[in-house]
Amino acid sequence: MSQTETTTNRTTAAAHLEYVVPAVDIHHTPDGFTLEAEMPGVRKEGVEITYDDGKLTLTGHRAHPVQAGTAVYAESVGQAYRRVFDLDLSVDAGKIKATIDQGLLTVCLPKAESSKPRKIEVG
Amino acid sequence: MSIIRYRTPELATWTPFDRLSPLRELLDSAYRLTGSAGSRVWSPALDVYEDADEVTVKVELAGMKKEDFELSLADGALTVSGKRELKEENRESFRSERFFGSFSRAVALPAPVKSDDVKASYEDGILTVVLQKADEAKPRKITVN
Repeated sequence: MSQTETTTNRTTAAAHLEYVVPAVDIHHTPDGFTLEAEMPGVRKEGVEITYDDGKLTLTGHRAHPVQAGTAVYAESVGQAYRRVFDLDLSVDAGKIKATIDQGLLTVCLPKAESSKPRKIEVG
Repeated sequence: MSIIRYRTPELATWTPFDRLSPLRELLDSAYRLTGSAGSRVWSPALDVYEDADEVTVKVELAGMKKEDFELSLADGALTVSGKRELKEENRESFRSERFFGSFSRAVALPAPVKSDDVKASYEDGILTVVLQKADEAKPRKITVN
């Protein structure tokens, strides 16, 4: 499974919304892949997952609780998260499932039945 | 000197024609990106906010449980530390960018606070710690007779 980064060129940044790339872990399971993306500040309502022509796009919009006071020191970027992946052909796009808990988005990408390893009998 | 947050190398921009004086700073940040001696340091993003009565510290950490955090307050500094263990040690990893293990961040607070009036909550992957300012730190109106 390869990954396509969408980056915005700094000089045209004013015209585009810049996204933060979330850290992602992908590991193999017996049935396919599991992807975990860290998106702190994102709730279920803020998650957008689309699949189009082999590309899986994960977008997370942060919930914006009102923050009292002025910032003394800020490291968080406060922008939306986005990452695009080229899915392996063996993934069954119709069975993709996702959940989010404490800002961690977990996406299950099961392999299509026909792609799983099979024993082939000799007739 | 500006604070440079850890970002994945593909996103970090580097303008090669800058003045030479920030060169040292660029080299330092490149060094930090790769980590010292090949080990990565987990440094979750931290924000500090202040208003008239409270100091709020927010730390971004997705996928933790509230029991995994330890907060301590000493000498005007708040230390947030914790641990996140990898659940299955032998999973076959295709891509691994998340940090596991322990982390610790300490921040000096901008005002003295009451150590017995601290509230912390963990929601949507953000740990929020609200500390009440000590009475002598709150702004007071002084009337002129």
